[in-house]
Amino acid sequence: MEIVVNGAPRTVSAGATLLELLNSWSLDPRAVVVEHNRKIVRRPSLGDVRVEPGDKIELVQFVGGG
Amino acid sequence: MDIPFVVGGQTFRSRLMIGTGKYRDNETMVRAIEATGADVVTVAVRRVDLDRTAGGSILKYLDPKRFFLLANTAGCYTADEAVRYARLAREAGFNDFVKLEVIGDQETLLPDVAGLLEAARTLVAEGFKVLAYTNEDLITALRLEEAGCAAVMPLASPIGSGLGLLNPASVRTIKRRLKVPVIVDAGVGTASDACVTMEQGVDGILMNTAVAAARDPVQMGHAMRLAVEAGRAAYLAGRMPKREVAVPSSPTEGMLD
Repeated sequence: MEIVVNGAPRTVSAGATLLELLNSWSLDPRAVVVEHNRKIVRRPSLGDVRVEPGDKIELVQFVGGG
Repeated sequence: MDIPFVVGGQTFRSRLMIGTGKYRDNETMVRAIEATGADVVTVAVRRVDLDRTAGGSILKYLDPKRFFLLANTAGCYTADEAVRYARLAREAGFNDFVKLEVIGDQETLLPDVAGLLEAARTLVAEGFKVLAYTNEDLITALRLEEAGCAAVMPLASPIGSGLGLLNPASVRTIKRRLKVPVIVDAGVGTASDACVTMEQGVDGILMNTAVAAARDPVQMGHAMRLAVEAGRAAYLAGRMPKREVAVPSSPTEGMLD
């Protein structure tokens, strides 16, 4: 199924949890913050939230800035 | 000798806060930051690059146990956007401080003070310690303090301009009238700018480009450390009055015939 991750369409396995998606992209859940359809998902809940087709996911991290 | 530098209940060793953007490489960044002696470093919140073509998280290079990570809302043009970025930053789990920027204009990067106040009120109500990047307008600074900001951060001159402290009198007025710390943010270009800024009596300075864009960022980091310490010490010492005429430093008595 297709979802939108950081503004770009991406195909993921149906019924995957956010934690499974992070693992599939080799992202350490401790190093990113996840927004699911404009709502922040706290780390302990990442394994509980399943994505639906068309969901919008934002994955952010700290980068250099002033 | 000096009073402690306390912002939002947190005591910091250095009055110099340093940005982590625009360094030519991460090794230079780390060495330059070490040279500044800063314990507060600012970071930005941006999308992860799933294709791994961009740099990745800055936490690979900066130990969060060693540095206090102050997330900013740089690049945000509305209060809603800035609030969204601040919430994401807090969720990273390090602290509830945010350097709040709501930018009003792309060319000057000057703050949108209406949006800034709106975002500050929202974030303070959510328990954030807000350090608000603003211009040198006293009334805005007073309103930000009333809104509950932990610190007010007037600019020396526009972000990344390196023009130095353009409006010392206004910055002094803000410092005199506010109870919360006043930290000058943006516009410092070289060590003398940092020194003059600290001589106004402000509590601290935040800078990025002046160090990152120097030919030798490590050397400039060291210079900035000395300049901030010198400016603070000179402020505490209290400068001599200025006079339009000369006053001899050596005795006028005892001269030969």
